[in-house]
Amino acid sequence: MIEFQQVNKVYDDGFQALKDINLTIKKGELTAFIGPSGSGKSTTMKLINRLITPSSGKVLINGEDIMTKNPVELRRNIGYVIQNVGLFPHMTIGKNVAVIPHLKKWDPKKIEPRVEELMRMVNLDPEVFRDRYPSELSGGQQQRIGVIRALAADPDIILMDEPFSALDPISREQLQDELIRLQEELNKTIIFVTHDMDEAIKVADTIVLMKDGEIVQTGTPESILRHPANDFVRTFIGQKRLDGDMNDGIGIDPESIRVSTVDEVMVTQPATVTPNRGLAEAIKIMSGRKVDSLFVVDKQRKLLGIVSIYRLLNQYGEENKTVKDIMRPIGYQVSPGTSLPEAVEIMSNARLTNLAVVDDDGRLVGLLTRGSIVQHLNEVYPTIVEQFASNLGEEA
Amino acid sequence: MSILTFLQERAGDIGIALQEHLIITVSSVLLGCIISIPLGILLVYNRFKWLNSAVFFIANLLQTIPSLALLAILIPLLGIGLKPAIIALFLYSIMPILRNTYDGFQSVDPSVLESARGIGYDAKQRILKIQLPLSLPYIMSGVRITTVYIISWATLATLIGAGGLGQLIVSGLGTNKLELIITGALGAIVLALLTDALLGWVERMLTKKYGRTSSATTA
Repeated sequence: MIEFQQVNKVYDDGFQALKDINLTIKKGELTAFIGPSGSGKSTTMKLINRLITPSSGKVLINGEDIMTKNPVELRRNIGYVIQNVGLFPHMTIGKNVAVIPHLKKWDPKKIEPRVEELMRMVNLDPEVFRDRYPSELSGGQQQRIGVIRALAADPDIILMDEPFSALDPISREQLQDELIRLQEELNKTIIFVTHDMDEAIKVADTIVLMKDGEIVQTGTPESILRHPANDFVRTFIGQKRLDGDMNDGIGIDPESIRVSTVDEVMVTQPATVTPNRGLAEAIKIMSGRKVDSLFVVDKQRKLLGIVSIYRLLNQYGEENKTVKDIMRPIGYQVSPGTSLPEAVEIMSNARLTNLAVVDDDGRLVGLLTRGSIVQHLNEVYPTIVEQFASNLGEEA
Repeated sequence: MSILTFLQERAGDIGIALQEHLIITVSSVLLGCIISIPLGILLVYNRFKWLNSAVFFIANLLQTIPSLALLAILIPLLGIGLKPAIIALFLYSIMPILRNTYDGFQSVDPSVLESARGIGYDAKQRILKIQLPLSLPYIMSGVRITTVYIISWATLATLIGAGGLGQLIVSGLGTNKLELIITGALGAIVLALLTDALLGWVERMLTKKYGRTSSATTA
């Protein structure tokens, strides 16, 4: 258990990085510190291994004040993973994983099997990777090594400072999944700093939301989503998940989320085909994009019509036909800037599965699908869903 | 008199000259390493920026003193012979080694240092096990450059009685023997080229091992 008791941090230049932090982190849980940059989340984490010293207040680990301990010893007993991985470039992967056991003067006979065990834990074959250098590994593989290096001496506490932020989206997802899997096995006390709400919701047992050096709200992901403490939390959850950027527009008006336009919701790159393509080519595009109909557009992206898989299969025998011979005209379309409720009404009245967004020059700019609408609703959750739920309640 | 018989005849003198030349060079470069590498590390960790500027200014200034003048200045202080020659050439070696040590340490990726600190390397371990190995290609580059220069400059050491290949040149000048002058000069050139090749190879090996490209700061 880690406790923060009235911790303040004021830098020499007078900047107050942390204001009166009181927090208890439960043993064996993954706690995510989240907030915009400059919120103090990383600073708070670094208090735990004394990389940063508080100006006042106390940090206790299992009831013991960490200021009474030797900082180097303390750090060797706490795992540490950083965003830029920080593997030692002049050491092989095997040596990198073994650094903390070496620092702790383990019996060398114990270190080698431990390194192999750890590498297998993250599916990196020791025979293949042990003698390679960090620069020979991909970013995702390097951070896997970064994680197992922190686990090597079996610490109870692991600090992770935006560990997956620098990775590509696919590697990030994979490492998040692996972290969840590892945590189920190991039950470490993990402090995970992130600015990505989706990531925090995915991996954390408890979320600590911070802003301007203060804790704004603490709770499970579920409780924070359902009961945001104030407008900051609401916009942080909502706005962040709308446009993927957390630094701007923290002060966004919640009202503006509710009257979304089709532009925010639409898929911007719907599957299209040019009119002179053959039918077999069209089917190939469909299977590639995993869709059942294609919009026919000319070179200027002017929308000409639509072909469905049923029509294509019907006419498939006619080898000389092209897409323009079998396409149907578009029945319904909306222009950019149309409000979402209006578009949804058109779709539900006409029983459409999708609705093209076409600009004044007749160009296809996007496509509203049921999937994109559901995704959008989820993103502005809980604002809309709660409102929706309360509306239902009133009607009943 | 053919070149071969000349070389045979004077082999003893040439051998001694070469030996002296090597002693002067190796001693001054070693002294340079012993002083400049720790000094460079100290400067990296020194918080008073004015002190860094001052040290680099003095090291630079030493480089600009003409070697003949420096040797002459040292005579009243240290007399003549091997000692003042080694000291003078050591003064020249300071700047390249110091600069490259400093740059090498500065070039270490900050995230590598942050993780080293965070996982429990103390200050000494960070310097010896992380920064120094990663700086070796840089430091070696400085050593190589300075050694090649010093081999060339050491030919002047004979003027204050330190001997070396310069001795052959000076004798040749005095007795108007061209073959002596050429032997001395060629000896220094070949020695410089061989040393450059050898230390260049060491530098490449270090660069390969520590995965960094060295950026040499020329003297």
